[in-house]
Parts: sequence; structure tokens; C-alpha cells
Amino acid sequence: MKWRRMTAPKVAAEPLDQARIAWLMAVAACALVPHGSHLPGWLIAVAALLFTWRLAQWKLGWPGASGLVKLLVVVACCAGVSLTFGRLFGREPGVALLTLMLVLKLHELRSTRDGHTVVLLGYFMLLTAFLYSQTPAMAAALGVSMTVITAALIALTGPPAAPRALLRHAAWMMAQALPFMLVLFVLFPRVPGPLWGLPLDAWSGTSGLSDSMAPGSISQLSLSGAIAFRARFEGDAPPARDLYWRGPVLSAFDGRTWRQGSSAQRIGDGLPHPVPGRALGYEVTLEPHNRNWLFALETVATLPADVRVSDDWQLLGRDGVRTRRRDRFESVLGARPGIEEWSGHLDAARQLPRDGNPRARQLAQTLRAASPADTVAAGLRLFRREAFVYTLTPPLLGEDGIDAFLFDTRRGFCEHYAGAFVFLMRAAGLPARVVTGYQGGERNEVDDYVVVRQSDAHAWAEVWLEGEGWRRVDPTAAILPSRIERGLADLPAGEPVPFVARVDLGWLRSLRHQWEAANNAWNQWVLSYDQQKQRELLSRLGMTQPDWRLMTIWLASLCALFALALTMWAMRRSVSADALARAWTAVDRALRPAGLGREAWEGPLDYAARVGRLRPDLAPTLAQACRLYADARYGAAPPAAAARELKACARALRRQRIPPRR
Amino acid sequence: MSDPRAVVDAASTLILGKRSRLELALTCLIAGGHLLIEDVPGTGKTTLAHVMARLLGLDFRRVQFTSDLLPADILGVSVFERETGAFRFHPGPVFTQVLLADEVNRATPRTQSALLEAMEEHQVSVEGETRPLPQPFFVIATQNPASQIGTYPLPESQLDRFMMRITMGYPDPAAERLLLTGRDRRSLLADLAPVADAATLSAWRTQAEGIHVSDALIDYVQALIAYTRTGGAYRLGLSPRAGLALLAAARARALLDGRSHVLPEDVQAVVPAVALHRLPMLEQPPSQDDAARHLLQAVALPV
Repeated sequence: MKWRRMTAPKVAAEPLDQARIAWLMAVAACALVPHGSHLPGWLIAVAALLFTWRLAQWKLGWPGASGLVKLLVVVACCAGVSLTFGRLFGREPGVALLTLMLVLKLHELRSTRDGHTVVLLGYFMLLTAFLYSQTPAMAAALGVSMTVITAALIALTGPPAAPRALLRHAAWMMAQALPFMLVLFVLFPRVPGPLWGLPLDAWSGTSGLSDSMAPGSISQLSLSGAIAFRARFEGDAPPARDLYWRGPVLSAFDGRTWRQGSSAQRIGDGLPHPVPGRALGYEVTLEPHNRNWLFALETVATLPADVRVSDDWQLLGRDGVRTRRRDRFESVLGARPGIEEWSGHLDAARQLPRDGNPRARQLAQTLRAASPADTVAAGLRLFRREAFVYTLTPPLLGEDGIDAFLFDTRRGFCEHYAGAFVFLMRAAGLPARVVTGYQGGERNEVDDYVVVRQSDAHAWAEVWLEGEGWRRVDPTAAILPSRIERGLADLPAGEPVPFVARVDLGWLRSLRHQWEAANNAWNQWVLSYDQQKQRELLSRLGMTQPDWRLMTIWLASLCALFALALTMWAMRRSVSADALARAWTAVDRALRPAGLGREAWEGPLDYAARVGRLRPDLAPTLAQACRLYADARYGAAPPAAAARELKACARALRRQRIPPRR
Repeated sequence: MSDPRAVVDAASTLILGKRSRLELALTCLIAGGHLLIEDVPGTGKTTLAHVMARLLGLDFRRVQFTSDLLPADILGVSVFERETGAFRFHPGPVFTQVLLADEVNRATPRTQSALLEAMEEHQVSVEGETRPLPQPFFVIATQNPASQIGTYPLPESQLDRFMMRITMGYPDPAAERLLLTGRDRRSLLADLAPVADAATLSAWRTQAEGIHVSDALIDYVQALIAYTRTGGAYRLGLSPRAGLALLAAARARALLDGRSHVLPEDVQAVVPAVALHRLPMLEQPPSQDDAARHLLQAVALPV
């Protein structure tokens, strides 16, 4: 029939009703809340004000904002943004302006077209939230926001419906998109490096370490429980006391502050000396900290590509670590590299200021023994014998800090001990230097990663011995062995230890382990899913040579498969699915193969009458079935009982549908 | 209380082979709606109106609409009486229970709207005074679609006031033979005894209003209405009044069928009569049957 042509209804210019406007306000709220933590305060206030005004207009019938007011707000806020950030482009000002525009758009909702603008802007705002935070919690929050925005989109285009129904519909659509998302995530060819550059101001992480150390000037060491990096060992993890993660090496001393010396400036692409011995392989996932320092166990035996090393064995990346990075290292624990050290470096490791700390120099002379190894042992004995106290809140030290520490206060943390020990060794004529880095780490039983926190930051000493090389000496271990064995948790009560390092709350600890394992899995498999990880995963799935052509074929066929499965599922399953509806569908399905299916528009009694005329043998059963359904669906008969009887009818009809032979 | 089906049975003895039309007409009257009968002359439109009024025991007046008919000719007029020295209102033919408005499209829009206002309000305002019409009050209007010269077809807004529009159609050969060989219809009409009265009719109406309508049925009615509004086939969708009329007619039809709840079949049975005259299509269908089929088959029953 030619006149049956359908035309699409014109909706773009339709005015918006109150319910849809409410949805659009919900969109703005959902899109802006994730940005609450980083937008400037005044902008949040302006946005909240504009939003409340719009809410009052909707709820209480207040007058709307006039064009002049909106213009003034735009001009004032643009000026404010440019004053706050110093520019109008870039991540921060861009997001600030988007926020403003989204809230202002709520004040000019005239037609469905404006509604679509708000919805698209809302989606985009969600995307920008990922420029700030990529944690699983943020992803979950954005998932919720996205459901609300999708519900608003449905409300905008579809017939009016209850909010619950719309949200359910949106959640269902998102669930249907999930398999496609997973397939695209896993199989879409990865580009090495980030797909687009994030603006430079996106990183502001800092390390617990620095490139200088002045123990006397710190009266309270504040430690953070933030994670510095995670390591996964191939095989069993060594005990925590053997885990010395090497960082910046400080060999220059001016009487007060330790700094990196000349050996740190000489950076090569290969190891300074070969490291023999059985190597231990492990992978380190480093959190961004904005410096180019990488951390590996002492002493690293092979150098991955893209990693360089200084002459004092500090590992360096090419650029500052601004995204989480993963490297595989191999180390020989307990190696003593550098038997044949360049004399320039040894001279630098003997350097002391001309004067200062006379008492310490004098003490050093008494430590001098027959062999250098005995000198070292004598130095350690000194720390063990005298009443030194390990504390995170040491007294301040003035001039001649080493003297004051060794003879007067005798209270300090690792930096004090390492610094004083190196000073003594140098004064006794041995090349020595301070090494900073992290010590230990906590094994997470859930995913078997060793977690190293900023609170595990440590400083120790290294002494060069003739014929042996650089030997690690940790004076802190001599004072307080448990600091090395068990971490900070064993410090005397009253010490400001980060909450996460206290081990006595067992259930809390296991909860933390679970949470951190989840976070780590997210980092490992979602955020740092790169070309290499993809290759690794695909080869585990049996694709040995995954090139982009094969991946595209897989991608297309899996997506098509999902689409097909969803379509078939939707076709088989009608929209409503209560027991009565299922039983009624079963009746239809029983007769459909015999060409006796119910037309979609056909009422139950009409259906019974039509089929009864075609197949008188089926008429009694079908008439009963149709009457049951009609009475329960349209009358007052209880549906549960009717559904049971209807199912029996469906079974009977399935048996009867093959016509009896005559 | 007598069964409404008795009315249909009795009417079928006189109007032959038109049982479905008679049922629709009675459904419309039970639901309290006005009826528009559209067909060529001589198909029994007037007889149908006559028979219905008679069987239901209602007063019956007939007005032949012409182009010079004035509103006062229908509503009535106040006349100055010399004896009393005052104006006295002479009620027009509208003051009856069943008014047959024959060839309603021959009158001018002014006269038509006077009638339509009375239909909607169930009262008449003449010279500043409002007078209620008798209860019940039905208008059965007829329209001849064939000769359009010199007529004023009812606009859509006016058509909406009629709950149903039905056509008569020619009788089938067997019925026609009976008609040709049987007694004169007019004399039969004179012999016809009423089977109900105004009170019975009102009781039926109350009964119909109490008939159960399930959520599933409301879903179906809403789906039908939504299709007429957004399906793209109609220039104008069904109005809320049309939706109410559809449901009221479906209830009356369920009562006529002796059921205590409304089925989709009831809705489908009344849709052609209740909905089609309010639905101007973008492309004219070849016949009313096609239009009805298009609408009903486009909307699936909620399971």
C-alpha cells in the first residue's frame, strides 16, 4: 500500500517540557560534580549560583536570566579564568570555561536541540574528568554519571516515562555496550605512546626523595603512605631486609647538606661495570613523580632499553616520569660492583669540607684500624654500642651538625645515621657516599605485588673497599634492626607513623591489601594496557603474530557476533517478561511452527476464533488458553494460577499441533 | 433489568443484515455518545435512528437540515404574547431525547454549530437564558457523502463531538430479498414495542462505567493513541477526548458482549467507528476498511 509510508516525526524544534528540563539539570549536575575537587572555588560558587537560580526558575517559577545578565556573567567569568590561570587555553582554563558554558546553557533551553547540546556537553565534561584522575573510583563515578546522562538523552528523544524506567533503560543500554567496549579495548590496535598529549600542567606528583639531604634541618619527618612503586618478582620475593631500591646517590658534602656529586653527572647507556652473579628478574611499576629517576634493586645487572645509568649506579629515564611506567629489571642481590673504580670518583668520595665537626674527625681517627674492613666494622660497632635512638622527630642541629648528633643529641632517623657514618668513614680515609632510595616493601597477599610507599624512603651508606668494590653499609640497621626487618610499624608508640604503616589493625590491613590489589590490577591492565601488554595478552590467547589486519578481523567479527547475539536475544524475548506473558508467548511459540502464530495486533479471543476455524482439532485447548489469558490479563483472575494453567495448555498444544493422520 | 442484546435482536427484525451496525449504534448510545451516520440516501439511516429511539422508549424528533435553516429553528424562539404581555419561550425540536439531524451537512456552519453546542453542553442558551435539555439526550446525525454541492461538510473539530461515525452499506442479497418481499418497514416500525426505557438505558450506562479496565488494556489504548500522534501516517493524532470516547465505547461494547472486563477485541471493534473520523490521513486510503486495518495492524498488543 503506497499510502502506508512513514515519516520521521520532527522533534528538533519542539519546546522542552518541565520533566525534560529537570533531566537536563540532572545532566549538568552529574557532569560537574566529578570536577568539584579541582575547579577554583569562585567558579564553583558561580556555577552553583547559576544552577540554583535555574532550579528556582524550574521549581518556584522565578524569572529567567536575561541576555544581558548572561553576557555579563560570561565576560566576568572569562576575565576571572584568565586572571586565575594566566591564560584562556590549556586544560585548567578549558575545563573552567566548559563548566561555565554548561551551566549557562541551562538558562537557554528553548527546544530539544538545546537539550541535545547540554547532553553532548555533559558527555564531554565527563571525558575531561579523566584528564585529572583515572582511578577506579573515578571511573565508577563517571559510569554512574554517564547512565544519568544517557537516561536524559532517552527522555529527550523518547515518549515521557518514569525516571526509574528511564534510568533502568539507560543502564541496560550501557550494559549492552559493555561487550563492545571490552572487545574494542582489548583488540583495537594500540599506538605506542599516548594517543594525544596531555597538557603539561597535568602532572604534579612528587617523590618522597630529593636530590639533596640536610638531616640537621629537619625536626619532623612527615611520611606519606602514598605508593611509590610496585614490584612483581619472577619467582619468590626476597625478604624485605634485602630489598634496597637504589635512588639518587649523594657524594658531595659541604658540612651541612649532602648533594649529588660528579659521579652522578656522568651518565652512560651501558653499565659502568659488569655485574656477575645469579640475576633476579622483576617488574617495577613506577607511579609518576615528575623526576627521571627509576628505582631498581641493588645491584642492577642488565639495563633495559630506554634506561640509562650514572656512574654511581643510579638508574635514569630519558624524561621525567609523568605517567605510570613499567620496566623489567634484573638485579644481583648483594653484588659489590666497582672493584676497579675510577680514581676521580674515589677522590670525590673522600672529599670533606676543610674544617668543621672537629670532634667527629677526632673520633674517626680512633676508628682507623689495620684494614679498611675493620674500620667499617668499628664504625658500625660505635653506633650499636652507644645509646643512639631512632626517631622521626629529631632535635634541630646547628653548626657542626655531625658533632652535635654523634655526641650530644644522638636522636635521628636514617639520614642522620647515613650522613654521620659516611662522614666518619671519609674522615678515616675511606671512600664512602650516601645512597638514598627505598628500603623494603610490603607484600600484598592478594595479588603478590610488593608495594613500596613513600614512607619506605631510606638512606644508607656505601663504602669502597680495596679489592671488594662498593659495599653497602646500613647504620640504621645497626641501631634499630626492626626498621629494616619490619618497616616503620615497630617504632615506639608516639612516633608519627603514617596510618597505613601500622600493622596491628589486622582486618584493616587486609582490607587495604584488597583495595590496593584492585587498584594495581586497574593500573596494570587498564591504564597501562599498551602495545606490549596487548601483544602479551593476545599471544596468551593464541594469536602468535598479531598484526593489525588479524586484529581488525577479530575486532569486526567479535563485534558482529555480539550484535547478532543481542539482536537474537531481543527478538526471542519480548519486552515484558512476567510469568503470564512468558506462558502466553509459549502458547504462541507452540503453534508458530505450524503456521498458526498469533499476529502481533490480534486479541486473544480473535486469535482463538481464527485458529479454531483453521484447525478445529486445536480449538478447545486454544480457546481455553486464550480465555485463561484474557481473564488474567484483562480481567480480575489471578495471573499466577492462570500462568500455570496456560503453560499446561502450551505443552498440550505443542503435542497436538501436528495434524492427526487420517 | 433487560439485556441490552434484546434491543439489537428486536432491531434486527426490522433492519435486516446490519447486526454489527446496530450493535455499534447501541454501544454508542449506552456510552452516552452522539452518532453520525454517513451514507448515500435510501440505506436506512433514518430508519435506524427511528428504530433505536422506539426500542429504547425515548422521545424522537426529526429535523431536516437545509441551507436556510436557522439556529432558532432548532433551539426554539421567544415569542411575545399579547394576552400576558410577556415573552414566552417556544422550545425547538432540540428539546427531545433523540434528535435526528437529517443531512446535517446541508445547513450553514452557524446552524451546525448551534446544534453542536447543544450536543456538547447538554443545554441550550437562548436569549441569555440557559435551558437544560432532557435526559438522556442523543443526536443522531446523517450525512450524505456523495453529493457535496451546496453542502458544508463538518470540520474536524466538529466531527470530534460525535462519538461514532458509522456507515450503513448496502444489504447483502439475502437481506435485500427479505426486504423486497417482506412487509413495509414503516408499518413494522409502528408495531414495534419498546424493550427498554430511559431508566434502563441509564442503568446500562452505569453498569458499563463499572466494567473493569486492566493496565494492559490502558497500555494498548495508549499505544494506539501514541501511534496516531507519532506514527507519521496522520495529519492530526487522536485527542484526549477521542481516547476517553474510545475507552467508554469499548466498555459499552464489553457490556453488550456480557463480559465484566474490556478486551482488546472490544477496542478493536469500536476503533473504526470511534477513531477514523477524527484521523485525517496524510494520504487518503482507498477505503475506510483499509484505514482501520492500517491503524489496528500497526499497533501490537502488549503481551
